[in-house]
Amino acid sequence: MAELLQFAFSGLTVGAIYALVALGFTLIHNASDIINFAQGEFVMLGGMTTVFMATAGIPLPLAMLIAIVVTTGVGLALHRFAIEPARGASPVALIMITIGASVFLRGVAQIVFDKRFHSLPPLFGADPIQFGGAAILPQSLVVLAGAAVIVALLWLFVERTLLGKAVIATAANRLAARLIGVDTRRIVDFSFAVSAAIGAIAGILITPIALTSYDVGTLLALKGFAAAMLGGIGSPLGAVVGGLLIGMIEALCAGYVSSSYKDAAAFLIILVVLIAMPQGLFGRVKVERV
Amino acid sequence: MLSIENVTSAYGRIEVLHGVTLRVEPGEIVTLIGANGAGKTTLMHAISGVQPITGGAIRFNGEPIEKRPAHERVAFGISQVPEGRQVFAPLSVLDNLRLGAWSRRDTDMEPELARVCALFPMLDAILDMPAGALSGGQQQMLAIGRALMAKPRLLLLDEPSMGLAPNLVDQLLAVIRALRDDSLTILLVEQNARAALAIADRAYVLETGRVTLSGPAAEIQADRRVREAYLGI
Ligand SMILES: Nc1ncnc2c1ncn2[C@@H]1O[C@H](COP(=O)(O)OP(=O)(O)OP(=O)(O)O)[C@@H](O)[C@H]1O
Ligand SMILES: [Mg+2]
Repeated sequence: MAELLQFAFSGLTVGAIYALVALGFTLIHNASDIINFAQGEFVMLGGMTTVFMATAGIPLPLAMLIAIVVTTGVGLALHRFAIEPARGASPVALIMITIGASVFLRGVAQIVFDKRFHSLPPLFGADPIQFGGAAILPQSLVVLAGAAVIVALLWLFVERTLLGKAVIATAANRLAARLIGVDTRRIVDFSFAVSAAIGAIAGILITPIALTSYDVGTLLALKGFAAAMLGGIGSPLGAVVGGLLIGMIEALCAGYVSSSYKDAAAFLIILVVLIAMPQGLFGRVKVERV
Repeated sequence: MLSIENVTSAYGRIEVLHGVTLRVEPGEIVTLIGANGAGKTTLMHAISGVQPITGGAIRFNGEPIEKRPAHERVAFGISQVPEGRQVFAPLSVLDNLRLGAWSRRDTDMEPELARVCALFPMLDAILDMPAGALSGGQQQMLAIGRALMAKPRLLLLDEPSMGLAPNLVDQLLAVIRALRDDSLTILLVEQNARAALAIADRAYVLETGRVTLSGPAAEIQADRRVREAYLGI
């Protein structure tokens, strides 16, 4: 029982990070129909930039802030300079562009940073808290709390602000959004910026537990993508639930089977979802009106 | 108010508007009638800036606007009620209306909201319902209300009567007339030529991307070819 609790907790922790990556996918996909495979690099940039700023002597909170700002800038630039000029290209071409951007960002990170693994000090120490026989890292609670706050803020934004409604409107019907005077390009800009910021925060939160390096983004993007698929592409609720589920499945797989099969779990889920339930758990059938 | 000169437009390499010229004067209801696929929606989209044009000029109050992005044209005072209503299904009726005022979101939208609710009492009762759950007629009223929230000077209506029961069509025509009497200028696209000609001041007939006939609505209504092709007489 204690063992199960231990696995479940570590599953929830990584799951929260997958959920944030999946939310990033969802935001951008809803605003623009693009699957942004550079989403994992946002996570990497958040962690790595913080590490290197802190190493350079900048106080940690400021280093984190800079990392979020830099990553947000990268997200905006990705849209403005790589996606936007190719507007009108097929979705497949746009996805290829994001994959190219992901490779590019990894390459740049390798040069600007380095190829080693790095960590950050946990926010509230490294002494595990005993709970029901399981040992829980304080940083795990920070990750969960951070993810919960981000989800709550996003929800408030969408429910309470007209800009939030305009994002929903753009996702629901781009033509109609343009006809009421929404500059939908700005909305997509905005979704890239917010997705990048969320990715950066995820990277900062998880680095004290999982370490970071220039290439952590690839696997995170795939896990996050699996989470978004499982939840149903386009559904923010699905992204969160999918992320947590994939984290749990992985942790249980690693705990009870073998940690070498852990990554395979996510790919298996992608396959099963694609074949058996392409709508995912919370996905809607997209109704196209004529 | 609106002047379209020799506008051409294409989807890929297939040109569907072959030099359309038309004018709408302030305070008029002008109707554009034409069969399926004639290019009516394409022209409406071109006026709103969501469909690129390959040639010609579009002027609004004398200013060339064909190079302006869609959102600026709404701010200039051109609103469109698109074909098929296109309400924001997941959002409430109230949110749909509030978003209609997006182009002037810094100003107070309450007076306009009150006006729209007075014009469409049926909407006032269901402000919290998701737009996707409304009936076709309610969605059409919502789409018009949403466009009015922008306080337009020119209202483009693309087949508003499509799929409506006859009594709703009558209501709709009354609303359009009332809007015109309230000094709104209207360009009305219709396949329901009878209804459109009944309330229009002038009319244009569009056939496969070309204007083939134009004039006062009464004259168009009396035209032998129109009577055969569009009025079934
Ligand atoms: N997105 C598109 N891509 C390619 N061709 C299109 C597209 N939209 C319309 N067309 C073609 O352009 C022509 C004009 O279409 P349009 O929708 O403007 O006609 P319409 O007069 O509005 O017809 P309807 O009465 O059916 O609404 C048609 O031949 C149509 O097949
Ligand atoms: Mg049409």
